[in-house]
Amino acid sequence: MAELGPFLEVLLGGLMSGVLYSLVALGFVLIFKASGVFNFAQGAMVLFAALALVRLDEWMPLPLALVLAMAIMVAVAFAIERLVLRPLVGQHGLILFMATIGVTFFLDGFGQTVWGSNVYQLELGIPSTPWFLLEGLFPGGILVSPVDVFATVIAGSLVLALSVFFHGTRIGRALRAVADDHQAAQSVGIPLNQIWLIVWSTAGIVALVAGMAWGSKLGVQFSLSLVALKALPVLILGGLTSIPGAIVGGLLVGAGEKLAELYLGPLVGGGIEYWFAYVLALAVLLVRPQGLFGERIIERV
Amino acid sequence: MRLSTLARTLATTAALALLAAAPAGAADTIFYPHLVYRSGAYAPNGIPFANGVADYVAMVNARDGGVGGARIELEECETGYATDRGVECYERLKTKGSGAIAFSPLSTGITFALTEKVPVDKIPLQTMGYGRSESADGRVFQWNFPLLGTYWSAADILIQHTARISGGLKGKKITLVYHDSPYGKEPIPVLQDHAAKHGYTFEAIPVTHPGVEQKAAWLKIRQTRPDFVFLWGWGVMNSTAIKEAVAVGYPRDKMYGVWWAAAEPDVRPAGDDAKGYQGLALHPSGADYAVHKDILKYVYDAGKGAGKREEVGEVLYNRGMIDAMLKLEAVRTAQKLTGKTVVNGADVREGYAGLDLSAARIKELGFEGLVTPLKVSCADHEGARKARIHQWDGKKWVFVSDWIEADTKYLRPKVEAAAAAYAKEKGITPASCP
Amino acid sequence: MIYRETGQFRTSYAADQAIFRLRQDRIGIALVLLFAWVGVPLLADDYLLRAILVPFLILAVGAIGLNLLLGYCGQISLGTGAFMAIGAYAAYNLALRLPGLPLLLDFLLAGLVAAAVGVLFGIPSLRIKGLYLAVATLAAQFFVDWMFARIGWFTNYTPSGSVTAPPLDLFGWLIDTPLEKYWLCLAFACLTAIVAKNLVRSRIGRSWMAIRDMDIAAEIIGIRPMTAKLSAFAVSSFVAGVAGVLWAFVHLGSWEPLAFSIDMSFRLLFMVIIGGMGSILGSFLGAAFITILPIFLNQAPALIGIELSTAMVSHLEFMIFGALIVLFLIVEPHGLARLWQIGKEKLRLWPFPY
Repeated sequence: MAELGPFLEVLLGGLMSGVLYSLVALGFVLIFKASGVFNFAQGAMVLFAALALVRLDEWMPLPLALVLAMAIMVAVAFAIERLVLRPLVGQHGLILFMATIGVTFFLDGFGQTVWGSNVYQLELGIPSTPWFLLEGLFPGGILVSPVDVFATVIAGSLVLALSVFFHGTRIGRALRAVADDHQAAQSVGIPLNQIWLIVWSTAGIVALVAGMAWGSKLGVQFSLSLVALKALPVLILGGLTSIPGAIVGGLLVGAGEKLAELYLGPLVGGGIEYWFAYVLALAVLLVRPQGLFGERIIERV
Repeated sequence: MRLSTLARTLATTAALALLAAAPAGAADTIFYPHLVYRSGAYAPNGIPFANGVADYVAMVNARDGGVGGARIELEECETGYATDRGVECYERLKTKGSGAIAFSPLSTGITFALTEKVPVDKIPLQTMGYGRSESADGRVFQWNFPLLGTYWSAADILIQHTARISGGLKGKKITLVYHDSPYGKEPIPVLQDHAAKHGYTFEAIPVTHPGVEQKAAWLKIRQTRPDFVFLWGWGVMNSTAIKEAVAVGYPRDKMYGVWWAAAEPDVRPAGDDAKGYQGLALHPSGADYAVHKDILKYVYDAGKGAGKREEVGEVLYNRGMIDAMLKLEAVRTAQKLTGKTVVNGADVREGYAGLDLSAARIKELGFEGLVTPLKVSCADHEGARKARIHQWDGKKWVFVSDWIEADTKYLRPKVEAAAAAYAKEKGITPASCP
Repeated sequence: MIYRETGQFRTSYAADQAIFRLRQDRIGIALVLLFAWVGVPLLADDYLLRAILVPFLILAVGAIGLNLLLGYCGQISLGTGAFMAIGAYAAYNLALRLPGLPLLLDFLLAGLVAAAVGVLFGIPSLRIKGLYLAVATLAAQFFVDWMFARIGWFTNYTPSGSVTAPPLDLFGWLIDTPLEKYWLCLAFACLTAIVAKNLVRSRIGRSWMAIRDMDIAAEIIGIRPMTAKLSAFAVSSFVAGVAGVLWAFVHLGSWEPLAFSIDMSFRLLFMVIIGGMGSILGSFLGAAFITILPIFLNQAPALIGIELSTAMVSHLEFMIFGALIVLFLIVEPHGLARLWQIGKEKLRLWPFPY
């Protein structure tokens, strides 16, 4: 029993940080599904959104700041779609990927110019002292951080909202149609440009939510944009096109890396959290090249 | 290859134009290169330090017209805490004006790279409170000046303090959470060595750059429950560590940061949760020293401040100020020794080697209470090795200990051994000191 | 008018297979080489040599390495920095553990070590493609970063984890002035360029291009994807490894794993994309562009007399850098090399375009 307590605790902690990875990965998947763009700038968007929110919050009440930050993210999405993606329509996926790296640099610089480069505290009023569960069962109990629980709840409701949006609304159906086949969708009268705008805006809002969750945990600062690098293996693990894949991938990576760090780390000198997710993704890819939930890649000559 | 040639020619022209654009009448100015990072992951800590330097230099220029009749020309160069950018900045600035007086890279990585270059270019490297610990041995590291204390001194002071407050460290557990870079690794040998001597168990947990991923580290700390956690972080890693400590319920008053992990940007993002967090202090914080009055009067009242008025007096701001002051004092000493007004790097090295900051001189400079007297010698380039412990009370830093001096008798042989190994590897003949 | 090929007949196979088939090109390249070997040393000052030209040449070598893989074989890699790191640390350890090893042999062996590791991390490319592969190569990047930071043996247990290059002793000739370093790097750059240029015109290079253009079709016409892909990984990593040794030994002198972090990989990727995928010339153009741009952006405001704060300059640098990349991709997705190509085509007809 003494061994089980810490194990459960790490597992739980890992799953919850996994949810945060999923949040970032979700933004990637949304855009990749609908426009075939591997949006490296998702991390920068998370940073930008969080910075906007936290700085606006200094001036106005939180709900208002939230709405305004959302509007800003839609504007950013609009600008990216107009200025970057539309001129590049029809280019190879690699070129589009590179372009989003360019966008990343731009947003990193722009965000710091407009909002500053200090560490800002995002105060959402969540208690930061941990809860201890099942103290009767395990010595010391199982530690759960309310911030993590909050992030999990947010992520969960976001995923729920997104699936309702995708499956229950007209726009959602159009989005899925575009994802399946651009040309066919266009030929039945779905306006592609509008759809892309909607997708990018949605991704912007997902970025804002992810920024909120990460920011309340770590404080809002430049390094937040590096969470994109954490989300990449999640994405690959789950499959580039699958929303459930992003969620499951995130949970797997989160729990896996924390457990690995704790139980395997001491054997090799620690710090394996840094690459564990990537090597895990690599191993999965060798067996399933399209990721766990990705669509099978069929090639024709 | 043709276009690349074009690019080269362009670069040449640009460089030439730049040389031409440099102030022609450099007769009575000295050139103060300043490597900074005002953007990126380490900006929260880089900015106040850079402002402290910039404001102090501006104040000296405005109040005294420079040092010993020589105006100070300060130029910043953004390194982003990256070694290769730092090297580029160094190469660019080292020959500007009448030659750079000294460099302070504010990065242990850049310090390592520049340590190889400064003896060739004859420019001293002032690494106040950081850099290579063995460079305190001036006989081998003739151009390095880790003034006020190295990381080995810092580790020793922390051990002394924790041993004192807990009545001996026998059977205790100490965990070091460190930035996985040359900076964070510096204290490990001393902490390990002390472990055997004092009988505590020592564990070191690395945190990968930039330090936002620490969950696993802190879950481990929750399990092992060390008696003390030492934090050797920089930038966003520090505030993240405090937040994660809160998240796993590790008491903040058992955490000790090195002097680079105990400033306002480290505790503020954690809000009230940071209360009780302690750290080393090379100097007090606060803006009520004589020198601040001059800075506010000559720089901020003239609207030329580098930062916000209310940020004057923060820990890292004061440290930047002290860093600049020490450099300019070395220049002044060099002027005295050589009789020249415009001194170059080689002269300033002599100035550092002869730097003797007495209490009277410190008072004259307006730093009374901020720094303790320090005397550099040919063999000892550290000058002083004292620090206090301060604690964050939610609003400001409060001292909780008196000055603690690192144990020279214990550290010096280690420094000399490491320096000798370096000298052997590099084929350096140590200078003989009187 | 000047750039005319009229009257130049290729009368032998050798002439037809020459790299530069036009006399003007040959003269041009000779002039460029002459300028690089003799002119630059006469004109350039220490700063230009040490802070711009040496890094430029080394990164050009690295960019050629990546270009062989990405531009010619179509395998995207975000882990070039890792292979550079392998080269650097291999050279360090070889020099440390085998005293008396000649410098060039040390470089060569380090390159071979990098090539071996490259093949290892290239194996997934047999199964996975495109963006999936890009992320898989990131695994190499992060694993290697970690390995050199964490496993003490590689850094000879230096407490700080930062290692120092031995003196550069080339057959008794101590390379320590900026000029000598420049020549050394130039020699490596020229050599790499020639070898790479010839390699991509050879059988193996053509098999790479076939794989790049369509791997299934290539397989059908009898190219073994395994040999082609893994050889591309090997050659590319070898070149990257050599670039890594140069970066560590010649440029930095003392380094830590962070010197070869993912930033380095991205930088090389930008060089290849901006310079032009599948072009050796492009690697040089891209390297020049990416090396000089930040330095230029840093100094430009001062040159035209605008006083900007350092923070502003560095933020602007990010923004302009990002914007330029996007702009480049929109205007000319095939990079600077393609622009040069277009210029040459125009020049051939000039001034009588009919």
